[in-house]
Amino acid sequence: MGSTILVQAEVSPAGIFAASTARLLAMAESVGEPVLLVVARPGTCAAVAQSAGSVGARRVLVVEYEGSTGQLTVPTVDALAIACAHVAPDAVLIANSLDGREAAGRLAARIGAAVAVDAVGVERDEEGIVARHSVYGGAYSVASAATFGPLVVTVRHGALDAQVESVKQPDVELLTAAPSGTRAARVTRVELDDTTSARPDLRGAARVVSGGRGLGSAASFALVEELADELDAAVGASRAAVDAGFAAPSQQVGQTGASVSPQLYLALGISGAVQHRAGMQTAGTIVAVNKDPDAPIFEIADFGVVGDLFAVVPQLIAELRARRN
Amino acid sequence: MKIVVMVKEVPDTYGTRTLDLGTGLSERLRSEPVLDEIGERAIEAALAYRERGHNAEIIVVSMGPRTTTATLQKALAMGADSAVHIVDDALIGADLLLTAEVLASAVRKIGDVDLVLAGDQSSDGSAGIVPAMMSELLGWPNATGLSSLSLTDSALTGMRVSDSANVSIEADLPAVASITETFPEARFPTFAGIIAAKRKSVAKWSLAEMGWVPATEVARSIMVDVSARPARIAGTTIHDSGDAGTQLARFLIEKGLV
Repeated sequence: MGSTILVQAEVSPAGIFAASTARLLAMAESVGEPVLLVVARPGTCAAVAQSAGSVGARRVLVVEYEGSTGQLTVPTVDALAIACAHVAPDAVLIANSLDGREAAGRLAARIGAAVAVDAVGVERDEEGIVARHSVYGGAYSVASAATFGPLVVTVRHGALDAQVESVKQPDVELLTAAPSGTRAARVTRVELDDTTSARPDLRGAARVVSGGRGLGSAASFALVEELADELDAAVGASRAAVDAGFAAPSQQVGQTGASVSPQLYLALGISGAVQHRAGMQTAGTIVAVNKDPDAPIFEIADFGVVGDLFAVVPQLIAELRARRN
Repeated sequence: MKIVVMVKEVPDTYGTRTLDLGTGLSERLRSEPVLDEIGERAIEAALAYRERGHNAEIIVVSMGPRTTTATLQKALAMGADSAVHIVDDALIGADLLLTAEVLASAVRKIGDVDLVLAGDQSSDGSAGIVPAMMSELLGWPNATGLSSLSLTDSALTGMRVSDSANVSIEADLPAVASITETFPEARFPTFAGIIAAKRKSVAKWSLAEMGWVPATEVARSIMVDVSARPARIAGTTIHDSGDAGTQLARFLIEKGLV
């Protein structure tokens, strides 16, 4: 009692724990005793528990949901509300995905709890859990806390790299959730995103290579992908590159796209408009290649190259390959 | 069909946005206040629905500081029928749940609303959570994060783009829907629209006028610390004279980044 941190497992449509789950468990471990909540179909408890151990869960709460799983958001919230009543957590950690955010919002509204969105870290002080946020593209650091009760926190992807060790025999408890009966939208069809590739996910990647208008064409954008693959990095794009059709909207980094916080961010042919910088300036190291010496991206770059990216990037790739061999 | 479109006044993203380090509040007046673009797209979606020949009353609702009344004029000039501005000093620094409670309460006061339409994420707070909170408080489905939306008199269908999948959803009305920026850009108000807007009014509601009673058993989120990060400082910039790729490789290797 008193220091439990409830962690909402993020499970892919294929039934696999997302990388965020291990990260959230590690984050929970730093401020309390994590309990992993998994919402599962009836009869799947044992299998779920086993794979939960592999992402480092010591204590697992499986809620077998009897209602329709074809409903949007509400089944997850029903399970979260039951789990909160059961373990009385100090905080609930949920991945800051679309589904995660909305479950957090509904949960907070249902149980009258304070919510902290898009946290990059959690801390504990003498009065409880404090969420740390990076605001306005990293220009400010803000901490928030609940006046009382649990703090419902959604955690930015890639905000924490630590992994917890795999647990062989997690302690599993099974709860049954009766549906709340709250009206919900119905899911009629699910199409897995086929743009998913072998590349790391943009939001959680340790390295990101992004291309901008300077690439000039969709065909030339392949150079961004080639460097990304050399670095085992995710591929991002500026809004200008997305608007020009060089890259998919899901690759957009910036205020209206993904916010990323990788260890290394390489901006190729990106001028660095405020909107773009808002989505990447908390990166550990920023590298920029641009032919315009006045491009604002150089103001925040740790290493800037004024030059033709079509000359600089192939040379960089060749150097990296030479080193590897 | 009665459609309430939720909009928000935000600092223009083309300016520098700042936080007051004493209060932690957004210094809204440091850059020009504008109607958030995603909210304008939501208005556009409602107007487009009406222009396809459907009967629709479009009411724009916003909670915000005094300046919001003027900002809402643009929504009226675009073609919204009326606007409600919730303004009360007690709401300065309101957290997400309080915001959702007040907005849900406004929807109830307006009455007989079929659809609440909002942008998925504001450009300043960007929490992306208020529509979901409102649906819970109203007891309505959340049809949120939509890249497409079609409406009948009693239901909606749409495509929701989540992190890993495109999900087709349907919901009975009344419902709360939110749209992403894949929706068409908003129209510019026409001259006739601007003239017509002068005859429309923005209703100003205080919490007392709304008959709103704060819930006491609800926890609030408070800011406990605000600090400005030191601005990023430019590092080394080199001009390519034929070996910049090699120098960049060396930088990455020395920093242990590859």
